[in-house]
Amino acid sequence: MIQALFFYLFAAVTIASAVMVISSRNPVHSVLFLILAFVNAAGLFMLAGAEFLALLLIVVYVGAVAVLFLFVVMMLDVDFVELRQGFMQYLPIGVLVGLIFLAELLMVAGAWVFAPEATATATAPIPDPAQVSNTLALGQLLYTRYVYFFQVAGFVLLVAMIGAITLTLRHRAYVRRQNISVQVARTRATAIEVKHVEPGRGL
Amino acid sequence: MTLGLAHYLSVAAILFTLGVLGIFLNRKNVIVILMSVELILLAVNLNLVAFSHFLGDLVGQVFALFVLTVAAAEAAIGLAILVAFFRNRGSIAVEDINVMKG
Repeated sequence: MIQALFFYLFAAVTIASAVMVISSRNPVHSVLFLILAFVNAAGLFMLAGAEFLALLLIVVYVGAVAVLFLFVVMMLDVDFVELRQGFMQYLPIGVLVGLIFLAELLMVAGAWVFAPEATATATAPIPDPAQVSNTLALGQLLYTRYVYFFQVAGFVLLVAMIGAITLTLRHRAYVRRQNISVQVARTRATAIEVKHVEPGRGL
Repeated sequence: MTLGLAHYLSVAAILFTLGVLGIFLNRKNVIVILMSVELILLAVNLNLVAFSHFLGDLVGQVFALFVLTVAAAEAAIGLAILVAFFRNRGSIAVEDINVMKG
């Protein structure tokens, strides 16, 4: 009973904040509502028994991705009001397509039944949570049978990191930077020059 | 009133639809489009976790983990492209993004 209550709470807040993400006038508000949506989706994950993924969602999404979005939104000096033009123009067709799409998806979800032998043929059955924690079970599966996929995921992140750095790094030629080795290597001979000045004539 | 798979699937379907709707409505703002894509990926993850729970199979959670990885990489690359584009053009309107050569 309490589980159903929390499910409806998390689901309602997730959906409401998703609506606010796409309809908010200010992109900063959009990002903050995205964070709220992710936190509540983490609650839904927790209810479904995926504790590790729920906390990972909070750490990765709220801690990194949403803050990255917030950073970019605040860094770019863009007139966001101008970008909202056409919102009302696309609203009727968008809502129409969305409703049809949602109806189809809900029909699929409502008519879903498992094949009776489906649960018996699980590839990696979830162990009893009282014996083996979700994190341990996930790690035991991920680092053995899916270790190559795990490595590939690491490479994907590495490529993303290198790509992001390459895309955004720029060397500005007009910025004068401190070159410590040149400074340290200065000697009296290279730094000063003695000019012989004729009396009364100047240079 | 017990929670079934249909509950989770319905929430995920609504989230997915909202993500698609966000792409429709904010056709000029790349940042909101990227956020809508994140919502779509969240809905997919919710589906995977729900199926993992109700089928008693841990592989769904492993796959959700990989989807999470790809989503994080996609967000980082997308925002980096956005920043690079803004530096070149001074705008992030989608209709300005029609020239491939820098």
